[in-house]
This record gives sequence, C-alpha cells and structure tokens, in this order.
Amino acid sequence: MTTSKTTPTSQGEVDSAAAGGSSAAASKRPAPKQVPGWRRAMRPYLLAVPAVVIIIGILYPFAIGAIYSFLNYGAVNPNPRFVGLRNYASILSDSTFWQSVGTTLAYALVATAVETVLGVAIALLLNRSSLIGRTLERLLILPLMIAPVIAGVIWKLMFNPQWGVLNHIFGLGSTFDWLSKENAFFSIVLVDVWIFTPFVAILVLAGVRSLPREPFEASAVDGAGWFYTFRRLTLPMMWPYILVAVIFRLMDNLKIFDAIYVLTAGGPGIATQTLQINAFQDSIIRLDYSRGSTYMFLLWIIVFVIARYLVKLLGRAQARAAGSEV
Amino acid sequence: MPARELLPGERRFTASALFADLAIIVWFVFSLFPIIWMLLLSLKSSAEQTSTYFRFSPTLENYAIVLSNRGTELTSVDYKAALITSVINCVGAVVVSLIIGIPAAYAAGRWRFKGSDGLMFQMLSFRFAPELMVVVPLFVIYNQIGLFDTKVGMIWVLQLVTMPLVVWILRSYFQDLPEDLEQAALLDGYTRRRAFLMVALPLVRPGIAAAALLAFIFAWNNYVFPLILSDTAASTITVAITKFLGGGGQAYYNLTAAAAIIGALPPLVLALSIQRYLVRGLSFGAVKS
Repeated sequence: MTTSKTTPTSQGEVDSAAAGGSSAAASKRPAPKQVPGWRRAMRPYLLAVPAVVIIIGILYPFAIGAIYSFLNYGAVNPNPRFVGLRNYASILSDSTFWQSVGTTLAYALVATAVETVLGVAIALLLNRSSLIGRTLERLLILPLMIAPVIAGVIWKLMFNPQWGVLNHIFGLGSTFDWLSKENAFFSIVLVDVWIFTPFVAILVLAGVRSLPREPFEASAVDGAGWFYTFRRLTLPMMWPYILVAVIFRLMDNLKIFDAIYVLTAGGPGIATQTLQINAFQDSIIRLDYSRGSTYMFLLWIIVFVIARYLVKLLGRAQARAAGSEV
Repeated sequence: MPARELLPGERRFTASALFADLAIIVWFVFSLFPIIWMLLLSLKSSAEQTSTYFRFSPTLENYAIVLSNRGTELTSVDYKAALITSVINCVGAVVVSLIIGIPAAYAAGRWRFKGSDGLMFQMLSFRFAPELMVVVPLFVIYNQIGLFDTKVGMIWVLQLVTMPLVVWILRSYFQDLPEDLEQAALLDGYTRRRAFLMVALPLVRPGIAAAALLAFIFAWNNYVFPLILSDTAASTITVAITKFLGGGGQAYYNLTAAAAIIGALPPLVLALSIQRYLVRGLSFGAVKS
C-alpha cells in the first residue's frame, strides 16, 4: 500500500545470478530464463488473484446483507421495496434490541474478564513448572478444541435438574435449575469460561516463557517481593500477549451464538438473548431477512468500533514492551 | 517442557509452590471433569443412564447404536452420515484453502505490493465478522441458485473460517524464512517457481501442517453454517448432535454422550498432535512460541 509499484525485498534474480564470484560456477549451469520485468512485477498479484476471488465471493453476500437492511425483504414479501432507514428506526426504538445489546455487552465483558484473569493466573502457575503442572499442561487445551456446540450439549446434560450430575455433587436437590431466568446468564458464562480460559492461558504462557530472564534475575537479586515483581515487571512485559488474547476473546464473545443457542436458545424469555441469537430468530425462524440483516449490521458496527480501539491499544503496548516508548 | 531454571534465591519446594500445585489441580478438575463425566455416561447402559453414580457396568453398546441404523431408528438422527459429511466438508474446505491460500500467503510474506495490507486485513476481518452477517444473504442466494444443502455450498462458505487461518499463519511462516535460501536457489539456476516449490515450501511444512489441521478443527467445530445452510444432505455432526437433545418423549442421554465423545474426538486428537504450533496458529501468528 505504501509503495506505488511492486518492490521485491530482494534484488532481481537475473542480476544476482550474474554477480559476484559465483559467475564461473553459474556459467556451467543452465542460465536462468529471462523473465520479463513486467511479469516479475505482476508476480505477487498473480499469486494473490485466487484469494482475492474468494474475498470478493465472501464480500458479495456481505454487501447484499447491507442492502437487505434498507429493504423490507422477507419470505412473506418476495418483492422487496426500498424503505430507507425504516428498519434501523424500528429496531433502534425497540426495547428488545436494547435489551439484547445490554445482554451481549454484559456477556462479552463478564466472560472476557473472567477468562482473562483466570487464564493469566493459570499461565503464571504453570510457569512455575512443577512436575504436576508440566504433566497436566498438555491437557490444558482439551475443552478449547471441543466444538462449542458439543460443549453446550455436554453441559446441558450436566445441568439437568433431575439427573444431572452437578445438582447431585453439590447437593442441590432436583429443583435447582441452572438454566432458569435468574441463573441462565451465569451458567452460559460458566460454560464459556470452561471452553475459552485455556485460550488465554496458552497465549499468555507462551508469552511468559518468551520473556528475557535478566530483568527477573536482577529483581530477585535486589530482593524484590513477588507482588512487586509481578506488578512492575511481569505484567507490563506480558501486556501485549494479554491484549492479543483479550482482543480475540472479546470479539468472539460479542458474536457468541453456538453454546447459547444449544443451552437456552436465548431464553427463558429473553434472559440470554444476544444480538446474534436475535438476528437468527428474525431472519431464519421468522424469515424476515431485512430485519435480521439490520441487526447484524448494527452488531458489526459495535464489533468494528471496539476492534479498532483495541488494535490501537495493542500497537501502543507492543511499542512500549519493545522499549521505544515509556 | 523441561523444568524452568530457578531464579537466584528461589527454592523449588515451598509453601507457595504447594499452593500453586493445588490451584492447578483445582483448575484441571473443573476442566476435565465434564469430559470424563461424558465418557462415563457414554459407557452406561440405558437402565443406568439417569443415575449420577460413578459405579456401573460399562458397555460400548451406545457407540455401536449411535453409528448404526438402530440409532437412526431410535432417535431419527443419522449420525454416521453426518460424520461422513463432516469429513468431506472439512477436508474439501481445507484443500481449497491450501491451494488458494498458500500462493497468497507467499506473495504477502515475500513482497509488499499494492493492496497486500488490504488483502491481509480483509482476511482478518472475516475472522472477526459476525457469521450471520454473511450467512443470512447466503441462505437466500443458496436457495435461489440451488446450493442450499449441498457439500459444494458448505465447502464454499467454510472458506470464511479456513482461509483466514491458512493465509495468516502461513504468511508469518514465510516471513520468518530467510530470503537468502531462495536467493541461493536462484543463483543455482532455479526458476522462481522451482525455488518456491523446492526450497521455500518444504521448509514451511510444519506451518502448513499446523495451519491445515487447525483449519480442519475449526471447520469441524463450526455450527452456524451447517445449521442455516443445510438440511439433511450436507448436515454435519454439530447439527446432528443437537437433535439428540430435542427428541420428544424418550430421552437417550447415554447415546447423546456417546455422540458427543465421537464428535469431539477428531479435533482433540489433531490438536494434541500439533500442540507445539497451536499458540501461533490460534493467535493468527501474533504470538510465536
């Protein structure tokens, strides 16, 4: 983007083949075919063309979806008409939408916060590398690799009030309902934490292990306490890794669908209705494509704004960790 | 992972080390219990499936039922067909992504060309875009052009999952590869294409394997696409498994558990085999370990 024409990071291969002391040896081998300059300049573009086709193929429905949000298109109305911003007006004045926004944001913030704190804690504990930690470390990623839907099914079986194992273990009897109106939100957060805390943990653990040793040695020699070392040394140096994990988790939690859909389908009532669940119900169950697309467009804007902010934060944190800014 | 060298003054066995071990064990009990419990439930007979005790007489019958016609008769879910469809969809999606993604990743890793940043950013945005944004219009389009409930349609839409992974992971591998190696090959009279195929490509083989397996796992675990864009012919295990729960009347918890274990097994096995490369893959090359 910054250069006006292609700039191979190397010299052109034709020049380098003739250069230097290897020319005698090179002359015995077949000389490389002269590749016309324009073809060399085109090379990266030619390589990227198929991928660009795929991108266009995915952006096309994306654009269609954006157009839907300005129509009154649905299965009951196959000949849509342009309605301007009416979908947006109707959704933005709908209290259900704002409730979904609240649920989505609360869910994303709570789940991401818990996963980050637990993940960092687990990474630091595993970094102490006792025998037990090193043995169990291999199993850390197991919940992360199970499909969120299957995880939802597993937890749904365990949540069952009558014969589910959780009520039995915790002695809650057969009346405690994990997925009731009051509990459902925290139960799905629990499932999300179960699945995705390992994601934060393995990223941060890789980060901690890549930190240079010297500052920690110096701080140990100087007799700094554990907490002081953590706050002044470990945390600032780990910050870029933590931020990468937070970005991934927050973005994914904002568009959470799979586990919630299996566990509660947004219910009871609208207790766990997030924006993607809402859009699914509007566009696929009620077949009101325009309304569903409008929902998704609004979610996309929320995700985009937050992502931009976090990526900027990450750039600054990486610069600071690299020492170019204090 | 070998034992970390201790810092000056640090001791291996202390009260805080004991506490750390305890905390780790608590996490792993929480983390592994649901999987172990599902495994146990999947080994219970129908008579024992509603008991919450650990003592029972194990049987493999549930697995046999889930994967045979008997399971289809009982639950009206053809799990074996869904399993085969999942394999076809995911392998197809990964192969397409590799064929198209490797050249693009190489181009973006080796050259800074006009639009290369845009290409990479677009790929990344697919990773973070809400799936329904694309799937709802595709639902309409697929129904119009006859791609609804076809494997081709599923492989196409799965590119949204697999392509960004392949391109981002492999670009970071190509960037790490010293350019001198290809230069040396060019000096020896290789063409650019041969230098790429014979020198660069073999050297990033671990990256390709990691990207391919990770892409397979994420395609396998995907739920939204088959849920909306397929009915029966292209329906996958992630959709099939939820139907075990929805059956009215008689409940088959032990069969559900067996199906869950079967569906979870391929990603688990693959993930453990690429554990070394997992961090880099999951973070799209942002964190290298």
